[in-house]
Amino acid sequence: MKNLARKALAVMMAAAMTVPMVACGGSTETATDTAAPAEEAAETTTEEAAAPAESTIPADAHILNIYAWNEEYKSRMEAHYPGYETLSATEGKIGDTYVKWNITPSDDNAYQNNLDETLLKQADAADNDKIDIFLVEADYALKYVDTDYTMSMADLGIDGDMADQYEYTKQIVTDSNGNLKGSSWQACSAGLIYNREAAKEVLGSDDPADVQAAVANWDKSAETAQKMAAAGYTMCSVNDTYRTYSNNVSGKWVQDDKIVLDPNMEKWIDDSKALVDAGAEDTDDLWGDDWAKGKTPEGKVFCYFGPAWFFNFCLDADKEGTIANQGGWGFCEGPQSYYWGGTWICAATGTDDADLVADIIKTMTTDKAVLKDIATQDQDCVNSKSVLAELAGSDEGNMALLGGQNPYAQLAAGAEGIDLSNLSSYDQGCNEELQGAMKNYFEGNQTKEEALDAFYKAVIEKYPNLSK
Amino acid sequence: MKKQSKVVQYNKWGYIFLLPFMIVYIVFQLIPLISTIYNSFFENYRVGLQQIGPNFIGIQNYVQLFSTPDIWQYLANTMIMWIMGFIPQILVSLLLGAWFTNPSLRLKGQQFFKTVIYLPNLIMASAFAMLFFTLFSNEGPINSMLVGAGFFAENYKWLSHTLSARSLVALMNFLMWFGNTTILLMSGMLGIDPSLYEAAEVDGASSTQIFYKITLPLLRPILIYVMITSLIGGLQMFDVPQILTNGTGDPARTTMTLIMYLNKHLYSKNFGLGGALSVFLFVVTAILSILVFRINNATEKKN
Amino acid sequence: MNNKEESNFGRTTKVIGCYIVLILITIICLFWFYLLFVNASRSNSELSSGGFTMLFSTHALDNWNNLVHGTLPILYGLRNSVFVAACTAILSVYFSTMTAYAIHAYDFKLKKYVYAFILAVMMIPTQVTVLGFLQLIDKMKMDDSFIPLIVPSIAAPITFFYMKQYMDSTLSISLVEAARIDGAGEFRIFNTIVFPLMKPAIAVQIIFTFVTSWNNYFVPALVLHTDKKKTLPILIAQLRSADWLKFDMGQVYMMIAFSIAPVIIVYLILSRFIVGGVSLGGVKE
Repeated sequence: MKNLARKALAVMMAAAMTVPMVACGGSTETATDTAAPAEEAAETTTEEAAAPAESTIPADAHILNIYAWNEEYKSRMEAHYPGYETLSATEGKIGDTYVKWNITPSDDNAYQNNLDETLLKQADAADNDKIDIFLVEADYALKYVDTDYTMSMADLGIDGDMADQYEYTKQIVTDSNGNLKGSSWQACSAGLIYNREAAKEVLGSDDPADVQAAVANWDKSAETAQKMAAAGYTMCSVNDTYRTYSNNVSGKWVQDDKIVLDPNMEKWIDDSKALVDAGAEDTDDLWGDDWAKGKTPEGKVFCYFGPAWFFNFCLDADKEGTIANQGGWGFCEGPQSYYWGGTWICAATGTDDADLVADIIKTMTTDKAVLKDIATQDQDCVNSKSVLAELAGSDEGNMALLGGQNPYAQLAAGAEGIDLSNLSSYDQGCNEELQGAMKNYFEGNQTKEEALDAFYKAVIEKYPNLSK
Repeated sequence: MKKQSKVVQYNKWGYIFLLPFMIVYIVFQLIPLISTIYNSFFENYRVGLQQIGPNFIGIQNYVQLFSTPDIWQYLANTMIMWIMGFIPQILVSLLLGAWFTNPSLRLKGQQFFKTVIYLPNLIMASAFAMLFFTLFSNEGPINSMLVGAGFFAENYKWLSHTLSARSLVALMNFLMWFGNTTILLMSGMLGIDPSLYEAAEVDGASSTQIFYKITLPLLRPILIYVMITSLIGGLQMFDVPQILTNGTGDPARTTMTLIMYLNKHLYSKNFGLGGALSVFLFVVTAILSILVFRINNATEKKN
Repeated sequence: MNNKEESNFGRTTKVIGCYIVLILITIICLFWFYLLFVNASRSNSELSSGGFTMLFSTHALDNWNNLVHGTLPILYGLRNSVFVAACTAILSVYFSTMTAYAIHAYDFKLKKYVYAFILAVMMIPTQVTVLGFLQLIDKMKMDDSFIPLIVPSIAAPITFFYMKQYMDSTLSISLVEAARIDGAGEFRIFNTIVFPLMKPAIAVQIIFTFVTSWNNYFVPALVLHTDKKKTLPILIAQLRSADWLKFDMGQVYMMIAFSIAPVIIVYLILSRFIVGGVSLGGVKE
């Protein structure tokens, strides 16, 4: 070590010839000039750090902390919770209570990791730092619901208000003792959202029934994809169809701490590979810039797969030049029925605002007037059998971005049929890694076996307790 | 007698002035280093909200780490991307340094060019990588430019091919570091005694000969220094490939660097395996540093 | 005569060749940033349908407004980055100078070993110790705070080494001894005489440590979790994932531009000082 140090010294010495040179170049005058602003900056920032200029929350305020992975629920609260006042992009106010939104994107488990850290410290945290409400997705709801970190709806006194909700939305957030531990305003049965122009051009009709006939099962859908490719369209991304396959599996992702690849997932891999090789599907990552091109006619994409929240959240109907803006989408069931996503609201144990939390959950997920507003204003498919039935039977359910089509009857039927018995708490990691690993196979960088090995490896890196 | 004790008294201040450095170093570097090594012998990770371990498992983590060729693959990835960036970096720097310091060329606007080439060094690597990601996305501006100009028939998937993905990382590393290297080399070149050049010119040596026989040998200490720091910096390569590939190291993990791999374990709170990987990194860094010193030493003796 | 003309001609072609290469390199360096600023001025629909262009558009202000009023707390990010980088720069430079002074001006038993030790650890990458570091700050309840990003910079071997080199070439002990005779205390001598004498080196190192800290991503990303505490590089990395900006590429470009523009501006003002000193000093030597 000493020897190394001595030699390091010799080399550094030589190199450090530059030191005096750099130093000589700058006259003392300039040096003073540059040092001064830096010190000043430090002073001002110290002050700022104590009292952030942009924050509107007074130091002695009572704070309600909400943890989420995107802005969807925030915008619902802003628009529909009575008395909610928006102060800034991440702050709001209900009565005397200030609401603070803590938003971390969910990629690579970032949202969950952040939530885990904070929940583990919940008991020791100051009241204003405690999580009051956090949101979960179906993929990992169990991980939180099945612990003492979530409060049951019965403890909040609102378990009696949920009779009108769809059964599956309650199943997902019921713990192993049968306690209901969360609630959602959405029912996320999903379907195939198609480009009407493309349907007319290639299939000769944009009627939902005709299009459905052309994509009624995976074989037909593949044929249609070939036709689309021949006409210069891309069917969709392999990642769009993923959820449809992964919702129709015969077993859980993880069984006895072993990762199990379901036959239907293999079918997704094989079907997708064939279509990518034929140039009919692409491998764009969901949400990415490339994937989003299909929202405009120039993107030349035939369809997206998505539930009702997709309409409002992803299709950019308010932006000029999009297909949605011109009412150019249609909606049908697609090759297999499935659901996607959905956001559940959970109350964190230890919250200092149980009454307000209870009221928020009750209002946002069971109040029929609020739910109907959400459906009509935000094109969301809400978690209320009676509201959906009402919308399906009236013009209020017609959607401009679907060219006036009323999708609610189909959405309601789908929601009744959702089966969640094959969920596990590892779903997000497994789904994300399988899509990531298979991209290499689809693009020809790896064989199927290599890509599968990479998938197992990546899942085990995330969950070291599992094995192949 | 009295004077001597006073000197000793002054020298006591040496220790006092060293204290802040030493305390902070021990607390924030040395203790973490030791606890990292200690951790590598334990099973210690988290599943969801449940903590597993720490349980002592001996060298099991090391066995697991080296039971697959992955770690060597990631080391190779790191070194390949470093070399792909370093070779043009050192060549361009030598060339520019020689031009800038060559009195017979009398290049004007040197200040401007130096300012420009040094600029990328100050750019946030994460922002730079994000920029490249957007510019080189399938439907991004670069593809649209190249297709528009007729170079490509259709959009090229830059990040889906090993060579192009690695090249992008190397290009960014090159851009970020060649300006810095040029300025380091220039100062070395200017430090060479001009009389040596004059003597060589009198002897009728060509400028190429002067470069190879005088400039290069005299520059060796600085070249070695640049290489060591660049190598150690290269082993730490993280920001650029991490953000460019969103942490996946795609295609097929051929752009996955050692630190990205370490980051994966830190992220899933797998401290045992992460510890073993850190120790491996430590050893590799030490070996490479010593190796470079040795080479330097050997050539020094030969001359 | 003829010979000289020929060599003159040779020099001219050579110089022209040099300039062509230099201009090419300049373009390679600046092209990306030019494109960045162009795209930051374009709206999302222009970006998704228009493809590549070298011409500025008119939507810079819209993008900026959307970005500032979005959920990504970029103004906090800016403040956090400035705060962390400024504190890091000041602490690192002050204490590194102090450490260098300890080695330079005093004679004590362990001096040789301490010096060798610091030089040896200069090689250890911080990434190697980050695991233990994270566990430590967790135990010290400093997780998700700026302290673990700022305080460790007191022990910065590289800054120390630079300062030591500078002292060796400029600081004479006789000055210190004269001050002692005047009765000044050691700490006072350091603060009022030695530190000001180091100004040129301090200025250079303030800039470099500031920029290094400003650009730092790895450790802050592992330490900071709360949105409003995050520094700019972490926010940039979040752009890479998911639906943050609702797919508005104009905002993405604006965000990147926003995080690198301060450094570019400061650099352009100080570039003569940062870069220029090197060659000037060399000639003097």
